[in-house]
Amino acid sequence: MFTGRFRTDRAAVFGAVVAGLLVLLAILAPVLTALEGQDIASFHNDLVDSARGGVPIGSLGGISGQHWLGVEPQTGRDLFARVAQGAQISLLVAVCATMVQVFLGVVVGLAAGLGGKWLDTVLTRLADISLAFPVIIFSLALLTIVPDSFPRPLLLALVIGVLGWGGTARISRAQTLSLRTRDFVAAARLSGAGGFRIARREILPGLAAPVITYAALLLPSNVITEAALSFLGVGVRPPTSSWGQMLSTATTWFRSDVMYVLIPAFMVFLTVLSFTLMGEGVRVALDPRTTRLTRKAG
Amino acid sequence: MLGYAVRRIGGAAAVLLIMSAVVYVLFYLMPSDPAQLVCGIKSCTPDRLALISHSLGLDEPLYLQYWHFLSGLVAGRDFSMGPSVVHCAAPCLGYSYQYTEPVLQMILDRLPVSGSLVVGAAILWLAFGIGIGVLSALRRGRWVDHAVNALVLGGLAVPIFITGLLALLVFCVSLEWLPFPTWVPFDENPLLWAQNLILPWIVLALTTMPVYVRMSRAGMLETLAEDHIRTARAYGLPERQVIGRHALRGALSPLITLAALDIAGILTSSVLTESVFGLPGIGQLTVQAVRNVDLPVVVGLVLLIGTVIVVCNTIADLLYAAVDKRVSVS
Repeated sequence: MFTGRFRTDRAAVFGAVVAGLLVLLAILAPVLTALEGQDIASFHNDLVDSARGGVPIGSLGGISGQHWLGVEPQTGRDLFARVAQGAQISLLVAVCATMVQVFLGVVVGLAAGLGGKWLDTVLTRLADISLAFPVIIFSLALLTIVPDSFPRPLLLALVIGVLGWGGTARISRAQTLSLRTRDFVAAARLSGAGGFRIARREILPGLAAPVITYAALLLPSNVITEAALSFLGVGVRPPTSSWGQMLSTATTWFRSDVMYVLIPAFMVFLTVLSFTLMGEGVRVALDPRTTRLTRKAG
Repeated sequence: MLGYAVRRIGGAAAVLLIMSAVVYVLFYLMPSDPAQLVCGIKSCTPDRLALISHSLGLDEPLYLQYWHFLSGLVAGRDFSMGPSVVHCAAPCLGYSYQYTEPVLQMILDRLPVSGSLVVGAAILWLAFGIGIGVLSALRRGRWVDHAVNALVLGGLAVPIFITGLLALLVFCVSLEWLPFPTWVPFDENPLLWAQNLILPWIVLALTTMPVYVRMSRAGMLETLAEDHIRTARAYGLPERQVIGRHALRGALSPLITLAALDIAGILTSSVLTESVFGLPGIGQLTVQAVRNVDLPVVVGLVLLIGTVIVVCNTIADLLYAAVDKRVSVS
C-alpha cells in the first residue's frame, strides 16, 4: 500500500529519482572524475587568466569537454570533481547526522515515555531546551574547539546530530505515551516482560512510522545546516571541498565568475528540493491525514 | 496568573543558567588560550602572558571564574586593567578579551542592526505570507493555488545564504539597481537606512515566508469549513465581512506562536544573513567572538539570545490566550 501510494505521487517520484541520482553521483564520484579524465587536486594555471586576477578562461567559467563544469578561479582545479566530492560530504554528513538525531531522539523519547514521572519531566525539559538552543552558535563553538585531526565530516554529523534530537524525542515520547496504554502492552507486561523488553519489542515497532516520516524531512534540513556551517567556515577543511565552502569562496568572485556561485547553489537547491519532495511523499503515503509542516534550519 | 508568571520566569532563569554554564565548560575545553591570543605571538614573554592571564581571571579555576561572572551579573564587579581599577555596573557581562570593551556595550551597539533586519523582514513576511496564503485558500484548486504551492516548495529548498548571494548577484552586480548593503543608522539617514536594508529584508522574508503561506492557507481552509462561518453566510453577511472578520481570526491564531518563535530564531540565524550581506550585527559579532575565543562576548550573546527566545515564547503564549478564548494560560 505504501509503495502504491508513493508511486502515484508524481512530485515524490521525481524527488526520489533526483535524490537517487545525487546518491549515485556521490558514490561514483571518483569513477566519474576518472571518466572525465581529471582529478580533484591538480592545479591548471594555464586555464585561468592571471592577468585578470585568475578568472577561468573561456565562457561559462571554462566549461569544456575536458572540464564538464569548468574550473575553479585562481587555481584552475576541476570543478566537476570538486562538486562531486561536495555531494559526498553533503550526503554523508546529512545522513549520519539524521541517524544520530533519530537514535538519540528515540532513546530519549522511549525513556521519557516509559520511565517515571520525574524522568519524564527532566527529559522533556531537556528536549525543550535543545529545541530552543541557538544551534548555529553552539555548533560554531563546538566546531572551533575540536582539533583538526578529528575526521571533520564525522564531527559535523555528530555536532548537528547531538544538537538536533529534540524534535524526534518529542514525537517518540508522544507516540510512546499513546502506545503504552494499549492492550497489547498491558498483555506483555502481565506476561512478565521487563521494561527494556517492552520498549524494544512492543513500543519500538510502533514508533517506526512517525519517526521515519520525521527523519525523511530532517535529512534535507541537515543538508542545509551542513552547507550553512561550511559557508561560515567551520565545515570540512581544504583541500576537501564542500558546497557551502565553495559558496563562501565564491562571494569574492561575484563580479568575475558567476558560474562559480551558481553551480554549488544549484546543487544545494537540487539536493534539498529532491529530498524534501521525497520526504513529503513518504509522509503522505504513510499517513494521508497529517498535514505537518516542514521547518527549515537555516 | 501570578503562579504562572513565577513558574515561567523561574524556568527561564534555569534554562539561561544551564546555557551559560555549558558555554563556560565548552570554552574551558578549547585548546587555544585566550591570553595567548591577546598577547600575540612575536612580542609575548612568559611574564606578560602570566600578567594578561591574571588580569583576565584565567588563572582561576573554572568554577571560580563562573562564580565571578554570575555575581558580576547581579551585583557588578571590579576589573584591574593594568594599574587602574575599572568598575563594571550591575548587569555586568564582563569585558571582551579581545577589544577590552564592556560586553554589554558591544552587544547594545550591534543590536540596532539585527533589530532593524528582523523587524523589517517580519513585517514583509507576515503581510505577504498571510496575504498569499489566504488568497491561495480562497482560490483553492485554481492555477493561483497551484503556482503558490510550487513556489512554496521551491522556497523551502533554498537556504538564506543562497537566496542572498543570488539577490546580490542580480540586483547589485548585474542590474546595479542597489548598492552593496552597508549599515547606515536610522537616525542618521532613514532613506539610506531603508535603501541598504531593502535587499536583506526581502531575502529574509522570502526564506521565512513559505511556512506562513502554508499555515495560513491550511488554517483558512479549516476555518472556512466550520459551522460559524456557514452561519455567518446564512445570515447574509457580505463575503468580505465573513472572511475578514470571522474566518481570519480563527485561521491566524496559530501563526502568532510561530511568528514569535521565528523572530527569536532569526536573531540566531542572523549569523548567516549578516555574513552574506556584511552587516555588522549580532550575528557577525558571534562569528568573530567564537573565532577569537572571546568567552565573555559569547556568553553574553548566548544569554541575550536565550532571553529573547524565552521572552518571545512567553509573549506568544499570552497573545495566543488573548486571541483564542478557548486557551487559558495557567
